[in-house]
Amino acid sequence: MPFVEEYTDVVVVGAGHAGCEAALACARLGLETVVFTVSVDSIALMPCNPNIGGSSKGHLVRELDALGGEMGKVIDRTFLQSKMLNVSKGPAVHSLRAQADKAEYSRAMRRVLEETENLRIVQAEVTEILTENKAVIGVRLYSGAVYHAKAVILCTGTYLKARCIYGDVSTHTGPNGLQAANYLTDSLKKLGIEMYRFKTGTPARIDGKTIDFSKMEEQFGDERIIPFSFTTDPESVQIPQVSCWLTYTNEKTHEIIRANLDRSPLYSGQIEGTGPRYCPSIEDKVVRFEDKKRHQVFIEPEGRYTCEMYVGGMSSSLPEDVQYDMYHSVPGLEHVKIVRNAYAIEYDCINPQQLCPTLEFKNIRGLFSGGQFNGSSGYEEAACQGLVAGINASMKILGRSQIVIDRSQGYIGVLIDDLVTKENHEPYRMMTSRSEYRLLLRQDNADQRLTPLGYEVGLISEERYQKLLKKVNQIRQEKERLERTMTGANTATQSFLIKYQSTELKTAASLAEILRRPEMNYEFLSEIDPERPDLPADVTEQVEIDIKYDGYIRRQLKQVEQFRKLEQKKIPDNINYDNISSLRLEAVQKLKLCKPISIGQASRISGVSPADISVLLVYLEQRRNRE
Amino acid sequence: MMQKCDTIAAIATAMSGAGIGVVRISGEDAFEIAGKVFQPASRQKKLEDQKSYTMHYGNIVDGDEIIDEVIVLLMRGPHSYTAEDTVEIDCHGGIYVMKRILDLILRSGARTAEPGEFTKRAFLNGRLDLTQAEAVMDVIHAKNEYALKSSVRQLKGSVLHLIREIREQVLYEIAFIESALDDPEHISLDGYPAELCKKVENLIKKTEDLLIHADQGRILREGIQTVIVGKPNAGKSSLMNVLTGEERAIVTDIAGTTRDILEEQIQIRGLVLNIVDTAGIRDTENVVEKIGVHRTKDSVKDADLVLYVVDSSTELDENDREIMKLLDGKRVIILLNKTDLIMKTTPEMTKKFCSGPVICISAKEETGMELLADLLEEMFLDGKISYNDEVYLTNIRHRSAMNQAKESLLKVRESIHLGMPEDFFSIDLMDAYEALGRILGESVEDDLVNEIFGKFCVGK
Repeated sequence: MPFVEEYTDVVVVGAGHAGCEAALACARLGLETVVFTVSVDSIALMPCNPNIGGSSKGHLVRELDALGGEMGKVIDRTFLQSKMLNVSKGPAVHSLRAQADKAEYSRAMRRVLEETENLRIVQAEVTEILTENKAVIGVRLYSGAVYHAKAVILCTGTYLKARCIYGDVSTHTGPNGLQAANYLTDSLKKLGIEMYRFKTGTPARIDGKTIDFSKMEEQFGDERIIPFSFTTDPESVQIPQVSCWLTYTNEKTHEIIRANLDRSPLYSGQIEGTGPRYCPSIEDKVVRFEDKKRHQVFIEPEGRYTCEMYVGGMSSSLPEDVQYDMYHSVPGLEHVKIVRNAYAIEYDCINPQQLCPTLEFKNIRGLFSGGQFNGSSGYEEAACQGLVAGINASMKILGRSQIVIDRSQGYIGVLIDDLVTKENHEPYRMMTSRSEYRLLLRQDNADQRLTPLGYEVGLISEERYQKLLKKVNQIRQEKERLERTMTGANTATQSFLIKYQSTELKTAASLAEILRRPEMNYEFLSEIDPERPDLPADVTEQVEIDIKYDGYIRRQLKQVEQFRKLEQKKIPDNINYDNISSLRLEAVQKLKLCKPISIGQASRISGVSPADISVLLVYLEQRRNRE
Repeated sequence: MMQKCDTIAAIATAMSGAGIGVVRISGEDAFEIAGKVFQPASRQKKLEDQKSYTMHYGNIVDGDEIIDEVIVLLMRGPHSYTAEDTVEIDCHGGIYVMKRILDLILRSGARTAEPGEFTKRAFLNGRLDLTQAEAVMDVIHAKNEYALKSSVRQLKGSVLHLIREIREQVLYEIAFIESALDDPEHISLDGYPAELCKKVENLIKKTEDLLIHADQGRILREGIQTVIVGKPNAGKSSLMNVLTGEERAIVTDIAGTTRDILEEQIQIRGLVLNIVDTAGIRDTENVVEKIGVHRTKDSVKDADLVLYVVDSSTELDENDREIMKLLDGKRVIILLNKTDLIMKTTPEMTKKFCSGPVICISAKEETGMELLADLLEEMFLDGKISYNDEVYLTNIRHRSAMNQAKESLLKVRESIHLGMPEDFFSIDLMDAYEALGRILGESVEDDLVNEIFGKFCVGK
């Protein structure tokens, strides 16, 4: 039977947040790219919460942008409200979060894809991965069409064998009632890929016209908005914002939930997937945190041109009638009409330990993957993996060396390393506590950390790179100037210090030393710093942070140095752990499964002890000497 | 997780009573660390700037206090056993002093070497023959398992329980801070620093208590450093002879016959006493004896217990008052000796000048020894720690890690006082958590994430 047969460089399966970044990266790096989606209208869809960023996720978006990704630029054009979280805390945990206009975001991203050279969008379901000698050669569609490709990137999100459930109702659809992809899993299993079944959920969308906002607290955005992308002109994002609203559940809500727990598919055992602990359903919260009298509920707009509102904090898989009862018990929602039900969704994903840190499958050359398919959760996590998978698929085809961002370079590195190294039994969400060097991995210095890499790869323009170099230079010079410039214990300085309740000087001190005092800041310091050059705000911000937290930063840099030593000790592909008799059996099994690329990665596998690492080091040295 | 700092130290000689021992430091900061604790006898260049293969005479100092007179040997990498910068400190003060020196070095930036680590490093740096590799690999596991077992064995009972408790509290606070950082709109940190400060104070107190406990543990395992002091001819040597059951010290009626320090180890009801008999303390012009007196003062300073022998057949005089001054703040038992003669000094009279229990004995008649044993038992075996004759190999690790935990908690307190943002607290709390984990042989893994999800309601 005749069928369509085409040739391309890269095939991307799925056009969610991971798929979009992957496809854009490949096409921008000059490769012919075809991206498949079950529905062109659902490109860059946000099927759950209507925001981008948040604690540590904001970092991810900034890093993505620094590398040449798209998410930050698109949200800067389509947000409704923006907030820098944690501003009362240290600079390392400041994080941007924007409310998104979902439809606008999706439309804007689709437009970027459409306008990108070398990129083709095709609406179709991929049903089979074609391989030859353990290398990918293309994909087959439901129609029978074959697309030959040098690399395939799987970004199937939550669509594989997806099932949506509320109460005793279950439908075999993807999120938002979209068509599920029911064939690909079998093809993957045939290739020997180990699959997991994960679960997540989303709250209801309600009709804003039926909400009594007078019973809620209004939540505003920041007065001065900071954009996500380093390329966005800050003036362009100072727009009128839309509010969110805060209300609370109460004992009555909890009673309704408790009385109907037996009707929840989670408690009746109807759902087999593993759900995420960090985004518990309201019934989970009520059961697990029994002593909490109330839970926050955030009512968030879904877009500028719709009345639909998102009920943050009340995701559920209880039956429809219970959902009505429980929402109605919340102040302001007494007469609310539901537009879309809350539901839980189950889907197939992989055990990501089958991937290299480059996001290529260890056992199938040329097959890459990113996003929820890899067992993560969240738009931002997905986008970052999509970008890295896209870059590495391209590097591979172009015969260039692939990139691995390590844990000391970015949250992206932490995310991917955790996924491919650690055992993970629930959808993985980024958290600031997962990063051990977070003082170095700030959202404000993502460009300094990663833009040089983006430039090297080819996703950052010469102009943008030169701008960065200039900035880095200015930061260095100003820091040196502050360290060098001394001020004596004169009257002007002393009265300045008294004014800001700072201890007077006994002998001369550098401006940097004064700036290090907790009560001081760079702005105050200008009063005793007449020779200060005129510098952009993003430069002085870096100068201030670097100097103020110098002690802590240095400590972490020293730790990073140690960390790097182990990362640089590479483990050859052909190592045979069975031959190392001094390793404990458990370590041998774990090492064989994970196939770490470095001693550093090996040391993070649970079940591999420091003594095993010592043995490995000695073994590798012995082997090196023999060769 | 691998430990963070990369310069290691350990006592390189056998832990025997031999007078001389070597403490070895290896790694890139070895010279710098040694420089911090070593004070050369003559003014000279910094240790870091000295040539390789040179020896230096001087003192190991802890602040103003001189711990031991030593010779330091410097070897620059790659020309050393480990092929790294290496410093060897030859010390003279016996086990106790060596351990103090090691302790000091650990506090100055080195970490305790893993069992076999010097050899491992030597190998990794290409210093050992290939055929030795297999042996090295086997030894790593054997030694680690042994160290871990003995480590945990030492931690039975209340101490183990307390460390776990402190560690759990530390984790809880980190998890609280972290969940607030991850979910600032659900969890607020308003007023938290003040609250944390109180909790941290309490934790610091607990670590300090444990360090004292650790010291008691040391006393039990390594013996109680006991010094016998008293005026010349008060009967110190006779007491020593009674306790050891042997004629060791020269006993005469001429005051000032014991010129050197005699060391002896005895057991009383399971307690090990390392007893030092000293020259009698007395103002003297005799040069030989003066040195003896000087050393007595030193040994009192390091002692866990002082047995102060008073000749009850004479009256208290200036010399006694001099001795009592030395005993201020020490754990002292006053032994009124020669009670077989007419008593001119009574327990009441000594109590005016010196605190501490008083026992009437006669070394000659061997009376009062039961009372002394009862008292020792009460003092050192108060039921909190049971006697344990297991190895002391890992003991110094415990103390070093506990000290690190305490230091980290002190940093948290300082950050709170300085008004630093909350996320900085969790950096030092995490260090404390890791240090405590090293005592228990537990790594960090996913504890924090599990604690956050388990204890706090976070998420959309």
